[in-house]
Amino acid sequence: MSNITNEGLILACSAIGAGLALIAGIGPGIGQGIAAGHGAAAVGRNPGAKGDIMSTMLLGQAVAETTGLYGLVIGLILLYANPLLSRFLKL
Amino acid sequence: MEYALANIGVHLTRIGGTRLLAEEEEVDFFIHKLVKMPFKFLGQDVYLTTTHVCMLIVIAAILIFALVARHKIMNSEEIPGGFQNVLELAVEALSNFVNGSMGEHGKKYVNYVGTLILYIFLCNTSGLFGLRPPTADYGTTFCLAIITVTMIQYNNIKYNKFGAITSLFEPLPVLFPSNLIGEFSSLISLSLRLFGNILAGTVMIALYYNLLPVIATIAIPSFLHAYLDFFSGAIQAYVFTMLTMVFITQKIEG
Repeated sequence: MSNITNEGLILACSAIGAGLALIAGIGPGIGQGIAAGHGAAAVGRNPGAKGDIMSTMLLGQAVAETTGLYGLVIGLILLYANPLLSRFLKL
Repeated sequence: MEYALANIGVHLTRIGGTRLLAEEEEVDFFIHKLVKMPFKFLGQDVYLTTTHVCMLIVIAAILIFALVARHKIMNSEEIPGGFQNVLELAVEALSNFVNGSMGEHGKKYVNYVGTLILYIFLCNTSGLFGLRPPTADYGTTFCLAIITVTMIQYNNIKYNKFGAITSLFEPLPVLFPSNLIGEFSSLISLSLRLFGNILAGTVMIALYYNLLPVIATIAIPSFLHAYLDFFSGAIQAYVFTMLTMVFITQKIEG
């Protein structure tokens, strides 16, 4: 254990944190699935309105996706532009 | 920061003495600094980056297309054929798209929305031509979102007059801070949505090309490109413009 450097510890914990941040992907997945399911049901009920249903569904899915992307951005920051490490090295 | 970036080298294994994967290779999807500018901005060094170069290439492509299209329309024929047909189809589709979601207010915004969707779509799909998509830089998407939010607030004040301010205190005056944040949160959500999607595509393609053996990068990534660059890019361009139109219409009719 003694040969783990401080930087190494920070990097390892950042990697774990990035993995945890990407749990945020669960929510949008469920939300997009629900939206797609209801979209399919709506097309089944009213095939004439397929274009409108499609565009509304895609818009809703894209909005639902945003929360997942926040998690992704935090994960990428932790992996590639680590603010914790640069703060540690400056101190 | 430099330290963190230097440590992303990917260490790979040798199996049976053969080099299956690249050793200590950098996964390359970063924005590179190309030329240092001779001035400083707010105490920071200013660089010409890959984003600027790719953006200029995209703009040049759009400009050349526009000049050719203009020349074609100026010398238009009574019975359109070929290229002129395609142009008329595209313009009609665009104005139908805007009028369909903005109604009577659509006419004024066809130019802005058309420019936006063309630019974002070409930026997103520029990954297909070996460029680094300019929209995978937060600076680009943030500026696009600033333009949109400025237009939203301009229309809010123009059409609602004092209602723009009093609506912040509804339904209860206590909710003023959250209403104020809500007005400007679309700045963050619009820009991060576009940025996150395109960056995710860029990162995944870079990982695929850099981490897998050369034999796996021959024809298989075309599916990845089709989904991540083309489909996702088109959807995000559509969503950004659609949300712009929805927000503006909301304020006009609000």
